[in-house]
Amino acid sequence: MKKLLIYMKGFRKECVLGPLFKLLEASFELMVPLVMAAVIDTGIANGDRGYIIRMCGVLVGLGIVGLACSLTAQYFAAKASVGFAAKLRSALFGRIQGLSFSDMDREGPATLITRMTSDINQVQNGVNLTLRLLLRSPFVVLGAMVMAFTIDWKAALIFAAVIPLLSIVVFGVMLWTMPRYKQVQAGLDRVLGSTRENLTGVRVVRAFGREQSETEEFQRENNALTHLQVFVGRVSALMNPMTYILINLGTVVLIWVGAVRVDTAIITQGAVVALLNYMSQILVELVKLANLIINISKALACAGRISGVLDTEPSLTAPRDGRSAESSGVEFDSVELTYNGAGGPSLSGISFSAKAGDTVGIIGGTGSGKTSLVNLIPRFYDATGGSVRVGGLDVKGWDLGALRGRVGIVPQKAVLFTGTIRENLLWGNENASEEDLWDALETAQAKEFVLEKPRGLDEPVEQGGRNFSGGQRQRLTIARALVRKPDILILDDSASALDFATDLKLRGAIARLEYSPTVFTVSQRASSIQHADVIVVLDNGQTVGVGAHKELLESCEVYREIYESQFDRGERK
Amino acid sequence: MKQKASKGTLKKVLRYIRRYSFFVGLSVLLAAASVAAALYIPILTGRAVDHIAGPGNVDFAAIFRILVQIGVIIGLSALAQWVMSLINNRVTYRVVRDIRNEAFEKLQRLPLSYIDSHPAGETVSRLIADVDQFADGLLMGFTQLFTGVITILGTLGFMFSVNIAITLVVLLVTPVSLIVAAFIAKSTYNMFRLQSRVRGEQTGFVEETVGNEKVVQAFGRERRTMERFEEINERLRACSLRAIFFSSITNPSTRFVNSLVYTGVGIAGALSVVGGGLSVGQLTCFLSYANSYTKPFNEISGVVTELQNALACAARVFELIEQEPQIPDAEDALELTEAVGAVGIDGVCFSYKPGQRLIEDFSLDVKPGQRIALVGPTGCGKTTVINLLMRFYDVTAGSIAVDGTDVRNITRKSLRRNYGMVLQDTWLKNGTVRENIAYSRPDASLEEIVEAAKAAHAHSFIKRMPKGYETVIGEDLGGLSQGQKQLLCIARVMLSLPPMLILDEATSSIDTRTEIRIQKAFAKMMKGRTSFIVAHRLSTIRDADVILVMRDGHIIEQGDHRSLLEQGGFYAELYNSQFAKT
Repeated sequence: MKKLLIYMKGFRKECVLGPLFKLLEASFELMVPLVMAAVIDTGIANGDRGYIIRMCGVLVGLGIVGLACSLTAQYFAAKASVGFAAKLRSALFGRIQGLSFSDMDREGPATLITRMTSDINQVQNGVNLTLRLLLRSPFVVLGAMVMAFTIDWKAALIFAAVIPLLSIVVFGVMLWTMPRYKQVQAGLDRVLGSTRENLTGVRVVRAFGREQSETEEFQRENNALTHLQVFVGRVSALMNPMTYILINLGTVVLIWVGAVRVDTAIITQGAVVALLNYMSQILVELVKLANLIINISKALACAGRISGVLDTEPSLTAPRDGRSAESSGVEFDSVELTYNGAGGPSLSGISFSAKAGDTVGIIGGTGSGKTSLVNLIPRFYDATGGSVRVGGLDVKGWDLGALRGRVGIVPQKAVLFTGTIRENLLWGNENASEEDLWDALETAQAKEFVLEKPRGLDEPVEQGGRNFSGGQRQRLTIARALVRKPDILILDDSASALDFATDLKLRGAIARLEYSPTVFTVSQRASSIQHADVIVVLDNGQTVGVGAHKELLESCEVYREIYESQFDRGERK
Repeated sequence: MKQKASKGTLKKVLRYIRRYSFFVGLSVLLAAASVAAALYIPILTGRAVDHIAGPGNVDFAAIFRILVQIGVIIGLSALAQWVMSLINNRVTYRVVRDIRNEAFEKLQRLPLSYIDSHPAGETVSRLIADVDQFADGLLMGFTQLFTGVITILGTLGFMFSVNIAITLVVLLVTPVSLIVAAFIAKSTYNMFRLQSRVRGEQTGFVEETVGNEKVVQAFGRERRTMERFEEINERLRACSLRAIFFSSITNPSTRFVNSLVYTGVGIAGALSVVGGGLSVGQLTCFLSYANSYTKPFNEISGVVTELQNALACAARVFELIEQEPQIPDAEDALELTEAVGAVGIDGVCFSYKPGQRLIEDFSLDVKPGQRIALVGPTGCGKTTVINLLMRFYDVTAGSIAVDGTDVRNITRKSLRRNYGMVLQDTWLKNGTVRENIAYSRPDASLEEIVEAAKAAHAHSFIKRMPKGYETVIGEDLGGLSQGQKQLLCIARVMLSLPPMLILDEATSSIDTRTEIRIQKAFAKMMKGRTSFIVAHRLSTIRDADVILVMRDGHIIEQGDHRSLLEQGGFYAELYNSQFAKT
C-alpha cells in the first residue's frame, strides 16, 4: 500500500499546496458568520449604514479570495491526482510486461485489465477527493466549533455535545450499510450469473423446454436481491432524518441557552445568530465527509489490489550474462514441470531430442501436457526438474531475448491485433521486406485471401481480428511466425480450423521452407503428425512413446489407440 | 429527435411506475410536508431571535412556546422524510425488479436470431448494469428532484411572504449561478468527450495487449508495446487534467455566486432593519433561506444529468424488452407426444440474412431409425441444419415435417422434447450434478438419474467427485474435463431418451479413453432412433444412411458413402486428404 506513495513523489508541492489552499478557503468561509454578527451588533444596533455596506464589501472580498484559493487548490489536486494515476498506470503496465507466464496464469487477464482501467480510475478519483476535501471537512467542523467557543464557551458546549452525536449517527449508519452493500453486490452478481448462464445455454434451455423454470429461478434470485436492497435502504434512509433531528434539537437548545445568556448580558443578539450559522455549516460538512469516506474507502480497496500486482516479483528472470548458440537442435532431458500451486506435475520424465531441421510431432489427449511441453522451448515457463537445451545450451543460460527471437510460435488461440495485416505480420520481424511478407503468407496458405482483400496487406484488422474467419486468422498467425524465418517453429494445434486439404498443403509448404527450421507440431490429429521425424506421445504428462510412426504403431499402445480411433482398423495401412 | 426519444422512454418508465402511483403520490405529499416544515423552522427561529433583543429584554415564555413548536415540527418533518425515503426505496427497487423480470421473460421468448447476433455480454450488461444505473438515477430523481423543486418554490414563497424587496434581490442573483454552472458544463463537455475517447482508446489497447500478453512476450514486443502505451497514457494525462480541473471549478464558482446572494440578502436585509422594515429575526431567517435556497440548484443540475443518463440506460433495456418475439405457437398447434421419427424435409430454403443464399431447395426423406451424418470442414454450417430441425430458426421457404406434420404446426416445446441434443458446446447449469442430469426430466428419481449416468458411462467419475451426485458444478467451475462435461450432457439426454437425436461428435480436446466411452454411449442411444450426427469419425460416416456434405453453409452433396466416393466430388477430396497418406 505504502509502495503506491512513491508514485506521488513528483507531486509533493501539489500535495501540500492543494490542501493548504483548501484550508485557507475554509477559513475565509468560517469568518462569514462573524462578519454577519458584526453587521447585526454594530451596524444595525447603531443604525450605521456605511458600516453595513463596508462589512458587506468585506463579505464579497472574502468570497473572491475564497474563490481564488479554491481554484488554486482544485488545480493542484487535479494535477497531482492525474499525474499520479498516469505514473501508476505506466508502472503497472510495465510490471505486466515483465510478468512471467505463470504469474499471468495466476492473475488472469481479466483481473489485470480491471486493475489497469477501472481500479486506477477509482484511485485517481480518491486521490483527487482526498486532496480537496479530506482536510477541509473536519477542519470546517472543528473550526466552526472553535469559532463558537471564541464567541461564548458555555453556549459552545452544545456544539461539543452535538458533533459527536452527529458523527455517531453518520458513521454508524455508514458502518452498518457498507458491508451490506457488499451483500447487495453479491446478490447482483448472482442475478448476473443466471442471466449469463441462460444466454450461453439458450439452445439447451429451449431444447429441454425449460424456459418457464429458468424464469422462475431468475425471479427468485431477483426477488432476493430486491428484498436485500429494500432492507439496506431502510436503514440508510435513517441517516437524513436523524441528523436533521439532532441538528435542529441542537438549535433549539442553542436558542434557549442563547436567550438566557443574552438576558444576562453575557453575549449579544448577533452572537446568537452567528452560533446558529455555525451549527448549519457543521451539518453540511458532516454529510460531505460521510460521502467522502465512502469514496476513499472504495479507492483504498482498489489501491490495495493494484499494489498486489505491483508487488509480484516476476517468477522468471533472464540471466544477466545470457549466452546463445548457433544450432537449433532441441533436447529434453528428464524434464519435469509443476505449475505454481498445482497439486502434481503436469509433465514428468520427458526425454527426447530433435536435430536441427527435424520435424517433431506431439500427440496426446486433452490435458496430457502437449502445450506445456512446447512452452518450455522458448522458456515461457521454467522446467522444475531436468533441463531443456536448445543448441546444446540450457535455456536458462540463454539470453532470453535471443532465445525467443529464434523461435516462431503459433499459439492455439489465433490472436491478431488491431491495425493492418501488415502491422500484424511485422510483429514477427520489424525489418521484414514486402517480399518476405508475401513469402510467409504463401507458405501459410494465406496469400490467396489476402490478395482478394481490397487493400491487400494494408487491410485493416479489427480488435481480436474479428473481421476474419477462424481459418483466416489461424493462417495469418502462422504467417506472422514465419515472417521471422525462425530456427524453431512451433505450431500448437494451429491448424484446427483449417480443412484437411488446406492443412495438407500447409504441411507440405512448411516442409519445403529453404531455411529448414526445426518444426514442432502439436495436434490431436494423427494424420497431421504421422510423417514427423520424431513423434512424442504424451499421456497424463508422461511420454509413453517416442519414435517414428511405424515403430510407435508397433510399440506404443496409446498411439495405436489414437491412430485407430481416427483411421479405422484395417482401413489403410 | 433525441428529445423525443427520451420523452418516449420517460413515458414507458412512467408506465412501470403507475402500478405504484399511490405510493408515488404519497411520497410527493410527504416531500412537500417535510420541505414545508423545514422551511417553517427558520421563520420560527427568526421569531425566537427577535425575542432575544438584549439584556433584560428576553421574553422567555414566548421563546419557550416557539421552541416547543419547533420541536414538534422537527419530529413531524423527520418522520415525513423517513417514510418518504422508505417509499422511494421500495418503489424504485420494485420497478427495477419488474423491469428485470420482464426483460428476462422476454429473453426466453426472443428468436434465436436475436440472441445469436448479440454478444451475451452486451445483453447481460443491459439487464444488469443498465438497469442498475437506471435504479440509481430513479432513486436520486425521486428523493432529490421532488424535494429540490419543492424547496426552491417553497423558499421563494416564504421569502415573498416575509419581504418582497429582498426576495427580488435573491431572484435577480440566482440566474447568475445557473448561467455560470451551465457555461462551465458546456465548455467542459468537449474536454470530457475527448477524455473518454482517449480513455476508450487506452482501454482497448490494454484489453488487447494485456489480454494477449503471452503473444506479446512470445514475439518480444514488450518494449514496443510499452512505448505505445506511454504515448497514449501521456495524452490521457494531459486531457484528463484539463477535464478534471475545468469540471472541478463548477462547485467553487457556484459557491461564490451563492456567497454573493448571501451578501446581497445581508446588505438589503440589514439596511431594511435599520430602516425599520424588518426585524433582526427576520433577517436571520432570510440568511438561512439564502443558504437553503441556492443549494437545490446545484443538486438539481446534478440530478438532471443523472436522470438523463438513467433514461439512456432505460432506453437500452426497453429496446430489449420491445424486441419482436418469436412467432408464438399457433392456437391449434399440435402437441407432439411420442414421435415415430420420420422427418420430411421438402424444398427447404434458408439464410440468416436476406440476400445471402445458404441452403437452397434441400429435400430429404428421413425414415424412422435412419442415421444422417453431417460432414464438412469446421464452420461449414452444420449448426444451421440443427437450428432448422430444432426450429431454433424457421425455414424461409419449403417445410420440415415430423411424422407428416409441418413443424410450424407443432408446439415448439413438444417438438423439442422429441429431440435429444448433445452438442460439443457442453453447457451445464450452475447446480449439482443431479440437477444437471435431471434437467431433461426434473421429476426423475435418484435411481433413474443414476441409471442414466451409468448408461452414459458417467457414473464412475461422478462417484469419485467430492459429494457424488450432490457436487455443485457450473459454467466456469473447474474440476471437470471437457470430456466429462460431455458425458454429463449425454446422461442428461439418456434420462429422457427421446425418439430423435441430434449428436455432435467430438473433434478435439477429448482424450482417447473418454472419447471411446462417448462413442459407446452414443451407439447405445442411437439404437432404433432417428439420429442426426455431426460426424468426424470415419466409422460413423460410413455407417450413415445418408451423408450430407456441407461447405460454406451450403449442402453440396448428399448420398451414402459409396455413391459419394464414386461421384469424386468434394467428399471424395475430403475423404482422401483426411484419411489417405500424403
